[in-house]
Amino acid sequence: MSTLEILFFALSAFALVSAIMVLVSKNPIHSVLWLILVFFAISGHYVLLNAQFLAIVNIIVYAGAIMVLFLFVIMLMNVKEDKEPQKKLWVKLVGVVAGGSFLLLLVALVKQTTQIEGKQVLLKDGVIGLIHPLGQVLFNDFVVPFEISSVLFLSAMVGAVIIGKK
Amino acid sequence: MTILALDWGFIIEKLIMIAIIVLASLGIALYTTFGERKVAAILQDRPGPSRAGPFGLLQPLADGLKLIMKEEIIPNAANKWLFILGPGLAMTASLMTCAVIPWGSAVDVFGRHVELQIADVNIGILYVFAVVSMGVYGIMIGGWASNNKFSLMSALRAASQAISYELAMGLALIALLMTTGSLSLKTIVEQQIQGNWWNIVYQPLGFVIFFICALAECNRTPFDLPEAENELNFGYHQEYSSMKLGFYLFAEYINMIMSSAIMASMYFGGYDLPFFNEASVAPNIAALIGVGTLLIKIVLFIFLFMWIRWTIPRFRYDQLMNLGWKTMIPLALFNMLLTGAILLAKL
Repeated sequence: MSTLEILFFALSAFALVSAIMVLVSKNPIHSVLWLILVFFAISGHYVLLNAQFLAIVNIIVYAGAIMVLFLFVIMLMNVKEDKEPQKKLWVKLVGVVAGGSFLLLLVALVKQTTQIEGKQVLLKDGVIGLIHPLGQVLFNDFVVPFEISSVLFLSAMVGAVIIGKK
Repeated sequence: MTILALDWGFIIEKLIMIAIIVLASLGIALYTTFGERKVAAILQDRPGPSRAGPFGLLQPLADGLKLIMKEEIIPNAANKWLFILGPGLAMTASLMTCAVIPWGSAVDVFGRHVELQIADVNIGILYVFAVVSMGVYGIMIGGWASNNKFSLMSALRAASQAISYELAMGLALIALLMTTGSLSLKTIVEQQIQGNWWNIVYQPLGFVIFFICALAECNRTPFDLPEAENELNFGYHQEYSSMKLGFYLFAEYINMIMSSAIMASMYFGGYDLPFFNEASVAPNIAALIGVGTLLIKIVLFIFLFMWIRWTIPRFRYDQLMNLGWKTMIPLALFNMLLTGAILLAKL
């Protein structure tokens, strides 16, 4: 096994264990904290793919901003683990069936995709995730959608300020 | 063994550098607490700590020893693991920033060419932002796990303040990045050394916005609302005692050092000594002069932080939010627009 493979499997195991802990934890705050660890593991995978920009943006946006809002809401709701009502057995069963079918669907979709057939992931030396090639792609090939979404974000921010000024 | 096909010299070099930088930051932070007390004393016309050692120089060691030796109390109703995790996380996050700061140009040691920077990643600035946003968790987790209403209120204040000011900070930064064209701190510093002027000349408004936001990010006065004693008793670290409290207090000083280093690197030429030709002396000596220059710039910034703390009273919470959202963000947007227009006109 190369160092890269060891890192890959370690990160995958870390991501899976954290993801399971998100579901298993009784305390919602613990769930959110485990979810943050999942994002870190995924960012680690991005780094292995040499997509540094994606990795860091994943941390800034998801682990840094969105999860803080999650924590905010849950802390203010003051959810206690012992007050949480237990779900009925049949509700749990329905959940298992629904989740299982969704997993089946995803696996079937991935198996059917012909685009990724016979292609290998560029580990360690791909350059598409670095900031320069990414900028080239965004500003040459996808400039219109990119600009539209930027304007959308900017207007959301300006809108927040305007609403605050009223 | 193919597993261990690594460049061990490289790893050892980096480990030594991490150890030196972390220990140096801790040492500087230790004496920053002393500096804070002395500056406060001078500004308030009193002698300040003067009993432990000559000029009171051993005072920070005595303070540290006191914090370690104190009884450690974990409240019964606290969430034990998160209560311990909080200060550790705050400390780790503030120390992690030092990884991308270029402390000097390269030196040659034992035939190895050693860059005085732990990692020159091409997303340096964004890495700093990611780590800063992690620092919020240390405060939030600690405040929540204490199971105290005041701590929770203060943690929420700290988090919302940090998020609000991060936005204006990022916008001020975008204007700077438009002129430099690179996210790597090393490249930004090198550009300032090669070019004639420091970035402060091109981005005066951006720097002012960045500096104010840095004050808010470090929870320094006039933005130290999370520690407003008269409303919140003590702040998010109210239930903490012993070295855990010490970690929270220490993390604030390390944050100050790191943000000073980043501001010096981005706007004030980093390790560049003005009116001095680095090529005229041996590379190792030039690197040492560079490190010294950066340290002096950091100390000046820290003094500015302290000067502000002991001069300006703190804001009210709504004033803080008003300043962040209604003044800083529009100003930063204006600065961005102006920079863009000038860049376009120069094309």
